[in-house]
Amino acid sequence: MTNNNKSQDKSQDKSKLASVMGGTLNWVDARFPLTSNIKAHLTEYYAPKNFNFWYFFGSLALLVLVLQILTGIFLTMHYKPDAELAFGSVEYIMRDVPWGWLIRYMHSTGASMFFVVVYLHMFRGIIYGSYRNPRELIWLFGVAIFLALMGEAFFGYLLPWGQMSYWGAQVIVNLFSAIPFIGPDVSEWLRGDYLVSDATLNRFFAFHVIALPFVLVGLVVAHLIALHEVGSNNPDGVEIKKHKDKATGIPLDGIPFHPYYTVKDMVGVAAFLIVFSAILFFAPEMGGYFLEANNFVPADPLKTPAHIAPVWYFTPYYSILRAVPPILNSQFPGVAAMGLSVVAFAFLPWLDRSPVKSIRQRGSLYKGWLAAFVVSFLILGYLGTVPSNVWGQFGAWMGGADRATVVARFFTVVYFLFFILMPWYTKKDKTKPVPERVTG
Amino acid sequence: MKTIDNMKNILSALLLAPLFAFSIAASASEEVHLDKAPVDASNHESLQRGARTFVNYCLNCHSANYMRYNRLLEIGLTEQQIKDNLLFAGEKVGDTMKVAMNKKEAAKWLGAAPPDLSVEVRARGADWVYTYMRGFYRDSTRPTGWNNTVFDKVGMPHVLYELQGEQELDHETHELKLVKPGQLSAEEYDTVVGDLTNFMAYMAEPAKQQRNQLGWIVLLFLSVLLVLTYKLKKAYWKDIH
Amino acid sequence: MSDNQNDKQQAGSQTSGCSQVDQDKRNFLIATSAVGALGCAAVAVPFVKSMTPSERAKAAGAPVEVDISKIQPGTMLTAEWRGQPVWIINRTEEMTAELSKHNQDLSDPASDVTSQQPEYCKNETRSIKPSIAVVVGICTHLGCSPSEKMSRGGDMGENWTGGFFCPCHGSKFDLAGRVFKGSPAPINLVVPPHKYLSDNTLLIGVDTEDKA
Repeated sequence: MTNNNKSQDKSQDKSKLASVMGGTLNWVDARFPLTSNIKAHLTEYYAPKNFNFWYFFGSLALLVLVLQILTGIFLTMHYKPDAELAFGSVEYIMRDVPWGWLIRYMHSTGASMFFVVVYLHMFRGIIYGSYRNPRELIWLFGVAIFLALMGEAFFGYLLPWGQMSYWGAQVIVNLFSAIPFIGPDVSEWLRGDYLVSDATLNRFFAFHVIALPFVLVGLVVAHLIALHEVGSNNPDGVEIKKHKDKATGIPLDGIPFHPYYTVKDMVGVAAFLIVFSAILFFAPEMGGYFLEANNFVPADPLKTPAHIAPVWYFTPYYSILRAVPPILNSQFPGVAAMGLSVVAFAFLPWLDRSPVKSIRQRGSLYKGWLAAFVVSFLILGYLGTVPSNVWGQFGAWMGGADRATVVARFFTVVYFLFFILMPWYTKKDKTKPVPERVTG
Repeated sequence: MKTIDNMKNILSALLLAPLFAFSIAASASEEVHLDKAPVDASNHESLQRGARTFVNYCLNCHSANYMRYNRLLEIGLTEQQIKDNLLFAGEKVGDTMKVAMNKKEAAKWLGAAPPDLSVEVRARGADWVYTYMRGFYRDSTRPTGWNNTVFDKVGMPHVLYELQGEQELDHETHELKLVKPGQLSAEEYDTVVGDLTNFMAYMAEPAKQQRNQLGWIVLLFLSVLLVLTYKLKKAYWKDIH
Repeated sequence: MSDNQNDKQQAGSQTSGCSQVDQDKRNFLIATSAVGALGCAAVAVPFVKSMTPSERAKAAGAPVEVDISKIQPGTMLTAEWRGQPVWIINRTEEMTAELSKHNQDLSDPASDVTSQQPEYCKNETRSIKPSIAVVVGICTHLGCSPSEKMSRGGDMGENWTGGFFCPCHGSKFDLAGRVFKGSPAPINLVVPPHKYLSDNTLLIGVDTEDKA
């Protein structure tokens, strides 16, 4: 008896609670489209059921973005954007601020991991043709995010005010000097001084903590809105909206994003955090690739370090810059090639003429070019981290040129041919038929 | 060639140290062979001896502006020991390791202002510091009378020469030879420099030990989370084919 | 992350039934949510702690040693501790004797508000040594620093027996830092933790060996 009563009380309590919550929800829904948005973007957003591990990197990129913003806010509480104080304030964070070292390492590791995740996310888009009609805008927003991220990384890298920060900024800003006619004025305007100085640091700080984060978040929202408008692609390159349940209108190969992909993405998050923590706690410098040794020397405008290289995520493009020889005494072609090598991704939707989207139906011609591109990207990336005399010189028959430079030139050509010849080889490629439904 | 015993027994490891292993790469490139420094952040005695050497010798010209004296409580020193043995008159235990020398004057005397050493090991590496401090040799062409195998034309004189003695460089074999013994034997001197390097490595990132210890806990926790999320995903996806 | 967990909980309770699959879902949902929430809480700790005083702030706020041998009876010295003025007042015998005579004019003559002084200074003179008072010179009203009015009478009127007067809103304190009735200041001035290292050396900011 008493037991029954108790359980009745309990269930009454429960239903009371439920009705209070329901009432609150109704109140909110009458004023803000909460439930309808949760439905549209989570519980009734239908994603193809055949996502594989490549599809983790989108949500992971979002996770890292949140992490960077959060740790960034806390670093800003202690950092001083002043040429006299910046270097010391970073060490102050590393030593004197309680747990400052953890927050700083989260931010520095997060910066590199952001690029790891974004590169893998982009590669996913390339191999499964996620940039193709009707997803061109998603891709363009994505390229814009990538550009903003590069800017964010570049501005942020000056802030520790170490030697690498300083000379990296010096070199990159000077690239703008190569622009014909207006170049020198542009770089002076960017620096706000005749050399990288306190004025430069102060404005880079503003760009890094306010301007670009706003742009990034805005672009991410646009990226997601566009995605949810047209729906996700998948490893088969099949449009799941073609086959819908007649009664409900739900795609037959679709499953609600929530709970299926929220729980799945949590697995990705846990796995990612393991990698992230392993780096953060045991190798935050990552052998000098994430935090460079020379950056533990305070910036000195009078002394360039013997070897300067950008952080690893910029090195493929930096290699291309170095590979292109000056033409008519102008550095501009190299700078232009570097710019183009980044922007080239934006043209993919219109360069790809294949009847199929996914690599699963592509022929060996395309696969060969893609492999050549990946190899070029990796080799250029490696060469960007080392001095150009790393492999010694060729003999007199090649004019004694640095071996590494010649190799970099070759792969620069391959890199661009991947884009330039794409209309041709994607059309000529022997493709397999696209399946009607996803293959699971 | 040389193994570093990561256990606490630095002394025995040092006996194996190749005192004779200075060799400058024959090629024109400035690649120099560096000896492995006996870095062990868990060896508090070594760190304490290193701290004393650092304060007695290095801190006369170099600062360590980001390092606070009371941080040395972490390596087992008491506040009283810090006050009695390490502090200059008028300094407090919460102060950072500043230097009395005027930067401008120092630059005038030595050609360049002595750099702050707080993060020197992170900039150069422990092996570099260890080899450098053992790489001074007599060179009459230099204003200070000293040169160094890993830092050619260095502005800094050999501060520990009373301990080590004087070395000369054989320009044929690029090997160093002790020509005038100091107060310490070669092994003892290596221990002193080893302790000093160990301390400087600790000083460059005092939170390192805490970081590594916490790392294992975090990884363990995340492994549990990974298993749970995987099981959760499996449970939810049972009906998806 | 925690948003996801909330959503999941909702979804879990919606679909919960009696089948084996759902029991599995529910168990792992609870386990994952609990571990995930624990993780989030653990991550929050360093972020919250990073906003507490840093080692630099602690070093700047470290205890201060003061030599009191040069303070003549009837005068005072102002030391600085944690950026605040700390008065060390050497009271004459006449002054200490006066302290017990005007209790009826005070808001808290017996120093009953325990937050205003350490236990060992809750006495008639609010001090360790009867003659030496150590008081933080910050008015408990709105944080101004009162002016010294140690001598009798003067511009404070005929009945004034010595103390302090806050120029901001007119609070009055006696030579033990106790507030007079009718002042806007609600409670007595703070006596900071302090101790004597020797007869003439005072350490402000610490009372026992280990507590800063």
